[in-house]
Amino acid sequence: MIHSLFLVNASGDIFLEKHWKSVVSRSVCDYFFEALERATEPENVPPVISTPHHYLINVLRHRIYFVAVIQSEVPPLFVIEFLHRVVDTFQDYFGVCTEAAIKDNVVVVYELLEEMLDNGFPLATESNILKELIKPPTILRTVVNTITGSTNVGEQLPTGQLSVVPWRRTGVKYTNNEAYFDVIEEIDAIIDKSGSTITAEIQGVIDACVKLTGMPDLTLSFMNPRLLDDVSFHPCVRFKRWEAERILSFIPPDGNFRLLSYHVSSQNLVAIPVYVKHNISFREGSSQGRFELTLGPKQTMGKAVESVLVSSQLPRGVLNANLNPSQGTYTFDPVTKLLSWDVGKINPQKLPSLKGSMSLQAGASKPDENPTINIQLKIQQLAISGLKVNRLDMYGEKYKPFKGIKYMTKAGKFQVRT
Amino acid sequence: MSNNNVSYNEQVSLESGVDAAQENSSIPASVSGGLFSADYKKNEDLKEMLESNKDSQKLEAMKRIVGLIAKGKNASELFPAVVKNVASKNIELKKLVYVYLVRYAEEQQDLALLSISTFQRALKDPNQLIRASALRVLSSIRVPIIVPIMMLSIKEASTDLSPYVRKTAAHAIQKLYSLDPDQKEHLIEVIEKLLKDKSTLVAGSVVMAFEEVCPERIDLIHKNYRKLCNLLVDVEEWGQVVIIHMLTRYARTQFVSPWREDAVFDENSEKAFYDSEEERKVEQVKPYIMDPDHRLLLRNTKPLFQSRNTAVVMAVSQLYWHLAPKHELNIITKSLVRLLRSHREVQFIVLQNIATMSIQRKGMFEPFMKSFYVRSTDATHIKILKLEILTNLANEANISTILREFQTYVKSQDKAFAAATIQAIGRCATDISEVTDTCLNGLVLLLSNRDETVVAESVVVIKKLLQTQPSQHSDIIKHMAKLFDNITVSMARASILWLMGEYCEHVPKIAPDVLRKMAKTFTSEEDIVKLQTVNLAAKLYLTNSKQTKLLTQYILNLGKYDQNYDIRDRTRFIRQLIVPNEKSGALSKYARRILMAPKPAPVLQSAFKDRDRFQLGTLSHTLNSQAIGYLELSDWPAVAPDQSVRIVEVVEPVKETGAPVHGKSKPGKSSEKFYSDSEEEEEEEEEGSSSEDSSSSSEESESESESEENSDDSNKSSSSQSDSEKKKKTLKNKKLQQQKPDGKDRKQKNGNAVKGESRSESESASESSSSESSSESGSELDSDSDSDSGTDQKKNTRSKPVQSTLVTKQVEKKEVSLLDLDDFSPAAVPSPKSSILSPSLLSDLQGLSISPTQSALQASSPVFVPETSHELLHRMTGKGLSAQYRFTRQPCIYGNSMVSLQLTLSNSSDQALENIHISEKSSTGQNIHRFNAIERLEPQASVTVSMGVDFNDSTQAANFQLCTKEDEFSVSIQPAVGELLLPITVSEADFSKEQGKLLGMNESSATITMTPENVSSQSVNRKVVSVANLGVIPSSQENIHRFAGKTVSSGCLVLVSVALKDPDAVITINTERTVMGSMLLRQLKTALTNSDP
Repeated sequence: MIHSLFLVNASGDIFLEKHWKSVVSRSVCDYFFEALERATEPENVPPVISTPHHYLINVLRHRIYFVAVIQSEVPPLFVIEFLHRVVDTFQDYFGVCTEAAIKDNVVVVYELLEEMLDNGFPLATESNILKELIKPPTILRTVVNTITGSTNVGEQLPTGQLSVVPWRRTGVKYTNNEAYFDVIEEIDAIIDKSGSTITAEIQGVIDACVKLTGMPDLTLSFMNPRLLDDVSFHPCVRFKRWEAERILSFIPPDGNFRLLSYHVSSQNLVAIPVYVKHNISFREGSSQGRFELTLGPKQTMGKAVESVLVSSQLPRGVLNANLNPSQGTYTFDPVTKLLSWDVGKINPQKLPSLKGSMSLQAGASKPDENPTINIQLKIQQLAISGLKVNRLDMYGEKYKPFKGIKYMTKAGKFQVRT
Repeated sequence: MSNNNVSYNEQVSLESGVDAAQENSSIPASVSGGLFSADYKKNEDLKEMLESNKDSQKLEAMKRIVGLIAKGKNASELFPAVVKNVASKNIELKKLVYVYLVRYAEEQQDLALLSISTFQRALKDPNQLIRASALRVLSSIRVPIIVPIMMLSIKEASTDLSPYVRKTAAHAIQKLYSLDPDQKEHLIEVIEKLLKDKSTLVAGSVVMAFEEVCPERIDLIHKNYRKLCNLLVDVEEWGQVVIIHMLTRYARTQFVSPWREDAVFDENSEKAFYDSEEERKVEQVKPYIMDPDHRLLLRNTKPLFQSRNTAVVMAVSQLYWHLAPKHELNIITKSLVRLLRSHREVQFIVLQNIATMSIQRKGMFEPFMKSFYVRSTDATHIKILKLEILTNLANEANISTILREFQTYVKSQDKAFAAATIQAIGRCATDISEVTDTCLNGLVLLLSNRDETVVAESVVVIKKLLQTQPSQHSDIIKHMAKLFDNITVSMARASILWLMGEYCEHVPKIAPDVLRKMAKTFTSEEDIVKLQTVNLAAKLYLTNSKQTKLLTQYILNLGKYDQNYDIRDRTRFIRQLIVPNEKSGALSKYARRILMAPKPAPVLQSAFKDRDRFQLGTLSHTLNSQAIGYLELSDWPAVAPDQSVRIVEVVEPVKETGAPVHGKSKPGKSSEKFYSDSEEEEEEEEEGSSSEDSSSSSEESESESESEENSDDSNKSSSSQSDSEKKKKTLKNKKLQQQKPDGKDRKQKNGNAVKGESRSESESASESSSSESSSESGSELDSDSDSDSGTDQKKNTRSKPVQSTLVTKQVEKKEVSLLDLDDFSPAAVPSPKSSILSPSLLSDLQGLSISPTQSALQASSPVFVPETSHELLHRMTGKGLSAQYRFTRQPCIYGNSMVSLQLTLSNSSDQALENIHISEKSSTGQNIHRFNAIERLEPQASVTVSMGVDFNDSTQAANFQLCTKEDEFSVSIQPAVGELLLPITVSEADFSKEQGKLLGMNESSATITMTPENVSSQSVNRKVVSVANLGVIPSSQENIHRFAGKTVSSGCLVLVSVALKDPDAVITINTERTVMGSMLLRQLKTALTNSDP
């Protein structure tokens, strides 16, 4: 299926190649570079490129293109999903997935890729299994290895590979047994010029960090499971039980994993946590524009809105912006025309604002489009949909684990049109 | 393939030659030279490190080499130094060497062979991970010469106890197939075996292999269909994707369409017509009921909509789209919309598929319309796809919302997207007549936009819209004429000019003025504008020649001397057409009708309109062109193929016991008939329509359900006097004659069975000549033998023991001949590992020099089974226990590399012997499948058991200990070379082809003088098959007799031909196993010169 993989950095150099079948010359990437040149933005490169003898499927993450070479029919999502899984694994192993990290750990990268694919077909993608086969590099381990001459490579087939719970390894031991669950919800919204909501929806995930000894069997139930409209599970969740009782029952993987992602049914009205007052205008004939922006909390259920970040792509005609924030700092990049304002916490008594003027290219006509404003924010201890975990129980093991549940709301793709 | 390799090698060697040259020539200390020599030194240093004694040094070196490979630098010159370390104990070092080997083995084939023996050893390692990785690397080395070794390793690994190793074997199948497609037939056998595997780990990989190697062999799936459906949820996610795609294809060939009820409302008119007709027809017979297997698939895939893997969700969605009844489709929507939250690339693919779906079924996605609203942060191709979907979803109810949304998009900074929006508005305007005017006005407003691309796109779209209803819109045309001076985009200018010309009658005053302006700027215009100017001039000349005659002539003159030949041509053509002169013929009379002909309006439609010809979710669908290896999704069959092919009965594992069960009768066991393929066909030809059942259809023969078969039987038995039956009889008789010795036994046995007498196992077994008999009933025997009779469809009918005792002789006869067609290759029994491959590379390579391709070869049943038995243990030495053995010449059920033997043990002492068994210790290396211990053997009683011995294709005697409770006797079985073979059938042509491949060292021949009584063809045949277990190949030449077989353990071909040249005869034997060949030759010589019958 996947013939070869090329890693291309932002400046268009191939810095790593791996072949699973016979070697494909790296000149095949020329087609990709052509597409890269044509694209105005890095994101605009088409994910699937057809060349006379091969097909190139690429994924852009962390400013690195992962270009897979395909020779025959294969579901494109299969390849894309796999490439993303590779990136996730790298991130898991090296902390970051950058060109430098990959170059520093090229041997581990190669060993990983070798295990993940056999003849282009995925072999082991579970991080638990991989970690037993190839131990992640740590400074301590490197030191130990050089002294004792032991290796990073496991000699036995990971137990998970053969068991019915491939995501969990056997013989897990912890002195402190803990299980943390983060319920994180994101609001996607488009607000129009006048402040009315065009579309808004809530997507949520439950990320877990489980460090429990042995083979625990957990169940998690919700106060209001009806809220969940569409869900997707980690493979460990027993689907039948969910269908019948709306209870999440599972033997968890060891460590960090995403238990569940869900979509809150669109019947429920979505609370919009902030409002934006804006006045962005350009006058015909003059080379000046006015910029005024004020943020305020709207429906926050009494919680504070934190880590607010406002960004906006200003029209191309704007040369510079001379603004004055009432709080936080702002930056304007004259090349990309990206304005970003790090607001921080919104104080309801003293609303944050950003006011000032923009200078336009002399002689240029007034831009006829207004920029959209993207907002990021965080609200701690609140799931905006109202989802609440009822209880978490553990079976199968005798000890008493420490359990913790955290709620958070974030803005996802939150846009205000002006 | 091999050509490619060769050329590639040459290229490489050439490159390395260049490298070497550069290295040798002392380059002056230029920068590049300096760098290069440093590089070169580094490699030297790596070589040294690799040759050091310390693992850590070696490991360091390998790590640096892997770094080089990763950067794409050539490290092939280190090959000899690296390959030495392949047997290293250090596992990390070993893995890195593997990485290196797989990368460079193709270029350095000879050196790569040095590593093969290491892998072969590792394949026997007790650690499954090592076995698996050895197989992985062995199969990844793309060296054609090791194909046979790979084949054997795959076969062996496919019966490994570890599912992980079996999974690796499934992967290796594809690798071998891409290396040598000639191995297809053999690989299919392995795939077939692995498809039966119950491990979820294996399922995905083997289906992948199936898709790659033999996607057309859908018949292999039947038996495994339900198992796959049930396992699907537990298979790893990547396997799920592959299995779902395969099952989609399968279901489209096996089930009838569930879309009939709503077929009439199908938007695809052609299909609707077809289906509705169908519907009428079917409705009279029965309403549509979904096949339970069809339902099973839908039910078992449903939970996968909740998978976290986007590829799985997409796969299930396309499965539902292609297989589910229309009213169940809505389940897809939510999941697909959920995927839109995922990465950009995922969105791209999912949106494409939604775009295709939304054309056919608007309703599915309409409630989620807002999910497709464009955000300014989306990538351009995502935006355009969302726009496409929004346009597809537009209807009278939501058009105002959509248009308002479009208004925002038009103002987007992303101009490509803005232009696409204008196109979309145009499409909405044509699709929904209520908003045409609104859209048109909106577009006209856009004409005053500051951005050129927006204006140009608007003009083009307006042009298209106006064409649909030109008369009312002269205002717009006038407006556009006014704007003409300000528009610089050539496409837009050309469009306006065309509009002017086309509708010049609506704007009689303006059009000539525009032409006047154009005449001034003609020379500086773009080609496309010039062409339209000429057109405009011509049209005005025809309608309003008074005003424009001079202008036209001026323009035509300008065009005549234009640089572009298209324009010159056009000008010349127009001039001839419109300007009347003597030369111009009749054509100019029609000039007006030619130029001013009413033109059909262009159809604005989705770019995804025709995408549904591809299966959703595939690469071909994404590219909108057929990708290499795309498998077409077939149309539903009009009539469902038989469902019973998927019925899997729980087959009892073959009891591997020879122990007698005295006095125990098999209740209700009777013979039952079974049709083998060839038999059935013959019958149909002969029988015509004698009995209703059997004449129904050929399909039925493939998949007759058990009950039907029974009734069939009884029908026949009751009406046994019909003519056709007689004919059949004679046919059977003929067959019987052919295969007499064997047949007789069976007949007898079956006769016994039918009489319903309770018989001891041992007796029936001793009578029958089949090796697999022992405790098996006749019927089970049938079903097993059937399963492997080589024709796969047959496999699908597992027969049940039949209770009926009303079976007459006729049926038995049938069975007799049927049984002869048995062939056996056990499926589930893991074959003991044989050390077929000699560890030394040299001998491997000798064997490899010519790789056997046995693609067209089919195993067949033995022609002759000798009755003679050999003494194993005399009663004197055995203290009363005597043992005799004979070769049954059947494929062994215990392992396909074993020779099956039948052992008759008798007790001639006066007291019972207890616990007779074969000791665990085997003094020689052969693998022996022991018979189960016989608990007690009464005085004067005897018992027959069967056992299997793997002789490794050598005539070395197998020594083992035959033990009773008190004693141990050393015994040995010395096989004759002819017994180490299994007969196969090949066509004469294939025979000659194979023979042609086995020349030289592999051929041995001798000339003998035949005794007169031996020259008849029958006696030659008889003699040869009595010496060796070979199959007779029908020969077109009378004086040449051909026989074919394969060695039991390694499956090497053995071809024997006897050419009679009165009074001499030439015996030729072609085989890779030269030793066996010469031994066989000696024996045949003796047999054929011997005058004994």
